[in-house]
Amino acid sequence: MKKQLFALLFALVPLTAMAAPLPEQPFSMTPDINDEASLQRGMQLYVNYCMGCHSLEHQRFSRAATDLGMPQDLVEENLIFSSALAFNDQMRIAMEGDDGESWFGVAPPDLTLFNRIKGPDYIYSYLLGFYRDASQPLGVNNIVLEASAMPNVLEPLQGVQEMVCAESDRPIEGAELDPLSGKYQSCEVLQVTQPGKLEPDEFEEAVYDLTNFLVYVGEPSKLKAQALGPKVLIFIFIFGVIAYLLKREYWRDVH
Amino acid sequence: MANPNKAKAEKGLMRWVDDRFPATQMIQDHLTKYYAPKNFNFFYIFGVLALLVLVNQILTGVWLTMSYNPSGEGAFASVEYIMRDVEWGWLIRYLHSTGASAFFVVIYLHMFRALLYGSYKAPRELVWIFGMAIYLLLMAEAFMGYLLPWGQMSYWGAQVIISLFATIPFVGPDLAQWIRGDFLISGITLNRFFALHVVALPIVILALVVLHIIALHEVGSNNPDGIDIKEKKDESGKPLDGIPFHPYYTVKDLVGIAIFLFVFAAVVFYFPEGGGYFLERPNFEPANPMVTPDHIAPVWYFTPFYAILRAITFDIGPLQAEFLGVVFMGGAIAVLFVLPWLDRSPVRSMRYKGWMSKSMLIIFALSFVILGILGAIPATPIRTAVAQLCTVLYFAFFLLMPFYTRMENTKPVPERVTG
Repeated sequence: MKKQLFALLFALVPLTAMAAPLPEQPFSMTPDINDEASLQRGMQLYVNYCMGCHSLEHQRFSRAATDLGMPQDLVEENLIFSSALAFNDQMRIAMEGDDGESWFGVAPPDLTLFNRIKGPDYIYSYLLGFYRDASQPLGVNNIVLEASAMPNVLEPLQGVQEMVCAESDRPIEGAELDPLSGKYQSCEVLQVTQPGKLEPDEFEEAVYDLTNFLVYVGEPSKLKAQALGPKVLIFIFIFGVIAYLLKREYWRDVH
Repeated sequence: MANPNKAKAEKGLMRWVDDRFPATQMIQDHLTKYYAPKNFNFFYIFGVLALLVLVNQILTGVWLTMSYNPSGEGAFASVEYIMRDVEWGWLIRYLHSTGASAFFVVIYLHMFRALLYGSYKAPRELVWIFGMAIYLLLMAEAFMGYLLPWGQMSYWGAQVIISLFATIPFVGPDLAQWIRGDFLISGITLNRFFALHVVALPIVILALVVLHIIALHEVGSNNPDGIDIKEKKDESGKPLDGIPFHPYYTVKDLVGIAIFLFVFAAVVFYFPEGGGYFLERPNFEPANPMVTPDHIAPVWYFTPFYAILRAITFDIGPLQAEFLGVVFMGGAIAVLFVLPWLDRSPVRSMRYKGWMSKSMLIIFALSFVILGILGAIPATPIRTAVAQLCTVLYFAFFLLMPFYTRMENTKPVPERVTG
């Protein structure tokens, strides 16, 4: 009876431990916040392409420099463009909230915690998912966020991407797999029609780095937690073994 | 006044203290000569763990208040400030947020233990009622604490719960406004919740914990056999099946504490969001009264009651469904208070109760878990029907208890504990 109840209780634990589902995205990535080179490239892309509009108002330059292994003078020379910002400042922007709203219709959101709200796949897919659409005010649309108010700022790197009828190796929603070619036939395939500065796979890598950087920014303490976690767990384990031996010794005389 | 028979140290500083304060006597009463049954099992660790988590919440909470800013303008940013700029702030904050969920895990298992072995039955009714009062206040404490990060789910979760009070006929809307201190949830609400969360409720909870333990030590601990160990004593008056709490259970509990801390630390260091259940994703967005999240779900430990609330979809006579939902939700908690008088069984432990009690407990536990899952996900017609069925089963466990505990055949209870 007791054992069955236990089994029941613990069989139910994984149910509640299951991750609250995030909606599935067209592209997915596995972040690696220990890849310093990737995070550094991501930060470089961020300050060059994103920080005109999107602040990281809880993230300090100095903290990023320490965590990503960058010397202060390099950061000050290459990553801080505004004379109003110092090394220890948060990564704020010069644009006023009202400006963003009058230019784009919505104020560009602060992105410090964006990954913790939306998850990495969303950011990765969103950045890869722009395509030309003449019906939109800015001439582009996005497969992740329909009628997104953001222009495709990475277009110089990516080139012009369009939605075309073609075959794709990647699964596409609503498209059927052709069993002979192993490809998906669809009219919603994204294809670069005019090359940019980067090759498609180089561009994917750049977007990976940028997403990876935003994953880091969402929770910089994760690096500290990863460093400290094993030590704490080993300590508790050893404590537990000693506590168990002590308990066994004391309980020898209980019958 | 002074009792001449009080235990006192022979000499030295302790004697000096004992002449002025019953230190030695208290240590004996509650530790070295408090005889606990020797057959405690796994389920008896959760009381100690609840105490451990309580201490964790108080200590980490004190340090959080040192850097937290309880205002509508500054609350959200101050939490991120703690997470990034305060030395060890991230660890203190995750210990506190994970501790909140851990508190409910251990309290639910602690309560389940009481249901399993009849620990609420005479003479432990007051132990149970004090415990229930702690549970009730803990829910209020957790609810108010959840508003403090001032994220979207903090805001809208509080909005949903406070609007429940508005469904009460006649006084409801005024009552809800009185609780908020404003026409909608604002910095004023945040400030008063902060005061209650940090000062008022912890004081009352601590006082109730003391009462809970004094009441327990007055009547003695129950055990998995549900028998009274005080009935069989040796010549010196010690229960034959009892062992001193200290050192036996203090060293045994250390093992349980180590196992608990291992799991707890693993969550704190590697899964502080608890898969989106301990820290919900929308809560990383600052509170915005103009934008309602797509799906508002309370934190996991409230979801069974939230599912009961949503399960009531029909009016009865002049009573609106919304109000009835609140009544059923309140009733689901209130009925626990009278549990000691619903159980008419001659035995305490589930080991010696009949098949009806056993089946009802399994059905109850299952329906509670299913309600918990349903309360966390959006409602559909089928899910609502399941929630309604589980609500009926939840209440059936309690309301039919006077009948099935009397009707069924119980097994003979042994003279001595069975280990």
